Amino acid sequence: MWIYEKRLQYPVRVSKCNPRLAKFLIEQYGGADGELAAALRYLNQAYTIPDKVKGLLIDIGTEELAHLEMIATMVYKLTKDATPEQLKEAGLGDHYANHDKALFYHNAAGVPWRAEYIAAKGDPIADLYEDIAAEEKARATYQWLIDMSDDPDINDALKFLREREVVHSQRFREAVEILKEERDSKKFF
Amino acid sequence: MYPYGKMPTFTNYKEWYPYVSPHDPCPPMKVKTYSTPPNLYLGFQPPGLPQFEIHEALHRGTLWKALYSDYNKKLPH
Repeated sequence: MWIYEKRLQYPVRVSKCNPRLAKFLIEQYGGADGELAAALRYLNQAYTIPDKVKGLLIDIGTEELAHLEMIATMVYKLTKDATPEQLKEAGLGDHYANHDKALFYHNAAGVPWRAEYIAAKGDPIADLYEDIAAEEKARATYQWLIDMSDDPDINDALKFLREREVVHSQRFREAVEILKEERDSKKFF
Repeated sequence: MYPYGKMPTFTNYKEWYPYVSPHDPCPPMKVKTYSTPPNLYLGFQPPGLPQFEIHEALHRGTLWKALYSDYNKKLPH
């Protein structure tokens, strides 16, 4: 069960009318390493992971949904007042033809989200290593988005999201340490 | 400041210098960089690490100074 809080995890402000940036940001909405894929990956793996680290996967999976909302808000704000002509110029004509200004789960190149983006091997170490890789890939995606964006407010929120990927990767790495720990071994930290 | 042993020292970026051919079509980018954030070095987070003040933590995206990783737009080299 979830409880919904009707606010964003981090405030999303947009300083420039730039629909082209929305086209790039959608990579983190419906792309292979995006927030939807992340949320579904962790929330699904959580069922079969040892209970010592199950809570971590549920927590992080839930937070990814909060990140998904932030990306959706950025895309919405960047496109809501654009004319069809402006959307065409921004490379969003293909999107407009199918969806008007509705958001859709696809990547920056327009490829719809696929379940093959996520894995659930059932082996706790394999799954956690996949999760660590997913966090590093999402971190990299945020870096490339920051590189291309000249909107200081968007970049502020993207830096926050990038930092969260760093923290999540750290926690998944710690989960591996917990699962590989030998019985009766001394904790020395 | 760090009561449970030494915090490993590291840099957030690493540089490398790809081969530049005299026949390359574009002006060379002589230095390439990649990000090496603190989660690669920390290991299992020890207790008692220094924290950011709460509003700063909410802004930066982490409570822990040792986990903060800055990223700035890549500048052309």
